[in-house]
Amino acid sequence: MSVLQADGEKLLAALRGLLAEKGLVTEAAIAERVALTDQASPARGAGMVAKAWTDPAFRALMLRDGAAAAESLGIPMRGLPPLGVLENTESVHNLVVCTLCSCYPRAVLGYPPFWFKSAAYRARAVRDPRGLLAEWGTTIPEGVKVRVVDSTADYRWMVLPLRPAGTEGWSAERLAGLVREGDMIGVTVPVAA
Amino acid sequence: MRRAGETVRVRDDWPETRHPCHIRTPHYLRGRTGTVVRHLGDFPNPEDLAFARPAAKAPLYHVAFAQQAIWGQGAAGDELLVEIYDHWLESVP
Repeated sequence: MSVLQADGEKLLAALRGLLAEKGLVTEAAIAERVALTDQASPARGAGMVAKAWTDPAFRALMLRDGAAAAESLGIPMRGLPPLGVLENTESVHNLVVCTLCSCYPRAVLGYPPFWFKSAAYRARAVRDPRGLLAEWGTTIPEGVKVRVVDSTADYRWMVLPLRPAGTEGWSAERLAGLVREGDMIGVTVPVAA
Repeated sequence: MRRAGETVRVRDDWPETRHPCHIRTPHYLRGRTGTVVRHLGDFPNPEDLAFARPAAKAPLYHVAFAQQAIWGQGAAGDELLVEIYDHWLESVP
């Protein structure tokens, strides 16, 4: 029987047992990492976006070093890949995909949505981004560049969306409530409710 | 160190047809020409890491490719921005 035919749960248990037996990783370390990932959710990323919209110094830090910006808000980033932040502007719209697998900034967005890992999203995001965005109801005007960021290696990427019109004077907390998971992947853009 | 704005070509190489390997360079960019945007840092070569071999740090670049040049469709000006390791890049004179 090949690995591909094996029962997934049994395979995982066997692998964990071997890793522990060889002293490569402890059960406690695995449990700690699972707990850290379970705590993460898109609310963390939304909090970062709202702070960037209201605090120019934080925005500058976030664009320079996303992990440092996250850590300054108490989000644990130790031992994780660098976090890159892609700023949407009046002239550029960013869309994140991982065509090779499913790289995702879990520390700040939590577990990826199911479609992010689908073959269809991964293939179409790079080949026909505007067509894909249209299906999300997202129209990027002509003259605004669509930049598809294929997350192939050691960084994890999130999008800093444009602050929507009609939110002048809003608190960071209220702004954070507007920002959805898809806005930070780039399939959608935030709108004032 | 490669400079921002430098024109580069991704090697048209297919090691996966010769031996087991782990490669972070997408198929659709092999042999294609792009522009270096910036150096992202140096990271242990994943092609060695994946096989538990000693992995020397390798420079990683963000490289931009024109959407239309890669796919023959899409809007002019749209682009792909991809992390590519230096050993997959060739200088274009």
